[in-house]
Amino acid sequence: MAPLLRTRQVSVRFGGLRALDDVALELGDGEILGLIGPNGAGKTTLLNVLSGFQRPSTGEVELDGRRITGWDPPRRARAGISRTFQDVRLFADMTVQENCEVAVIGCGGRRTTARERARQALATLDLHRSADVLAKDLPYGVQRRVGLARALCARPRVLLLDEPAAGLNDDESAAMAETVRRIHAELGCGVVVIEHDVRMILGLCHRVHVLDHGVTLRVGTPDEIRTDPEVVSAYLGEEAIA
Amino acid sequence: MAQNLVNALSLGSLYALIALGIALLFSIMGLINFAHGELITVGGYALLAFHRLPFAVAAGLVVAVVVAAALLMERLAFRPVRGASGETMLMTSFALSLLIQGGVLLKEGADPQSVDVLGGLGASIDVGGLSVGRLDLAIVGVTAVLLAGLAWFLRATPLGVQMRAAAEDFTMARALGIRADRVVATAFGVSGAFAAVAAVFLVARTGTLTPSMGLSPVLVGFVAIVLGGLGRLWAAAIGAYVLAALSVMLQAYLPGGLAAYRDALVYLGIIVILLFRPHGIAGRPGGVRV
Repeated sequence: MAPLLRTRQVSVRFGGLRALDDVALELGDGEILGLIGPNGAGKTTLLNVLSGFQRPSTGEVELDGRRITGWDPPRRARAGISRTFQDVRLFADMTVQENCEVAVIGCGGRRTTARERARQALATLDLHRSADVLAKDLPYGVQRRVGLARALCARPRVLLLDEPAAGLNDDESAAMAETVRRIHAELGCGVVVIEHDVRMILGLCHRVHVLDHGVTLRVGTPDEIRTDPEVVSAYLGEEAIA
Repeated sequence: MAQNLVNALSLGSLYALIALGIALLFSIMGLINFAHGELITVGGYALLAFHRLPFAVAAGLVVAVVVAAALLMERLAFRPVRGASGETMLMTSFALSLLIQGGVLLKEGADPQSVDVLGGLGASIDVGGLSVGRLDLAIVGVTAVLLAGLAWFLRATPLGVQMRAAAEDFTMARALGIRADRVVATAFGVSGAFAAVAAVFLVARTGTLTPSMGLSPVLVGFVAIVLGGLGRLWAAAIGAYVLAALSVMLQAYLPGGLAAYRDALVYLGIIVILLFRPHGIAGRPGGVRV
């Protein structure tokens, strides 16, 4: 059976720079896949390739074995690929509730469906008390959770998370990992998560894909990755793996 | 005083229609559409063509023609450069503006033409001892209805909600499945409808048409947007009413010798306001979102 989402020999070149080189990523149905690597490894570029914001120079992207390489981001969103951004990007002048409704309406849902799903998603993430607050008035940590709630509203089959815990302290990061787990349990979707906090990734993911300088360095279970000498050396000077 | 207030409201409504038409496209796609003025010109000449028909029919046809022109503009000129830099889109709009002006010039000639569409609107009615022009009432009333309609559309309809989202963050909107083509085309349609209504009222006020008649309204629209605050839709309307109020009040209260300097003093006033509120009256710091 074809994996839920995969890239075949994807390369991305920016002028002379190879941002990604022959990367083959596979995400199984219901799997949480961690995407890690030092700064500049190409993690966000790969996420952009998966969500349609970056067209690969060569290679293909497949969803359920179907080629989607040429699909633009709205089409992929409608096909069930939902993503978040590192800088959250809530609609600042809209309420939390409206932010969530947009995710449903954007994929063709009715207003009443949108209202109902937004309410459910906010309840799932304990955000229902903030429903009528304007997004710009929320504290940073809460904004990040709203970003996740918004992605959840679309009921995606693939959820792409770009550093969901960026800028959060240790407690908040742990809570964020718990939230990702809860969403995964609720939707049963595949999740690709980029994270700087390697400890969080190793605790959260079923498998981990390690990138370094645009090339796949290793793919394995958290236990294999934790003890892999090449991975450890790639991270030397970055941060120690716990 | 009350008379001046009516004048300011009427002029401000006209400015607001123009400014909102421009601001809508700017907030959604970062487009500074200089050719918006030519939509007004097209509306003016369409009115000339239809002016023998009953006023309501003529006005309806003008709206249809200008909306069609705006949609055509989007499809043929702006869709190919969507996503390009702001400068590229600005240059495209300049070129389009000159092209349409040239076309109108060829077809209609450079001489001003006059058209009387006022009919019954020329009369004044008595409101509590105040003589109010029916045209002024119509402008204020129609604009109020259109602004309320736009507010309702943006708040209550799925397409409107998508437009607000796209105006705040186009990239994020696309990531959530919102189709850019549909949202942008709708914005051009609304922008065209507002330009059409503005054209009808503008021609009703002045009674004259020239191929370059769109230039000065579009400049006023830009000033209103900057004054109100870039990047926020309703700020453009606020800027329009403040600009009109400044203009009308100076007209009314400047001593005779200074009256010739009215426009200079209006812009001096705007500079002073922007000195204290560099992001505009209702703008926010760092507010240029594209």
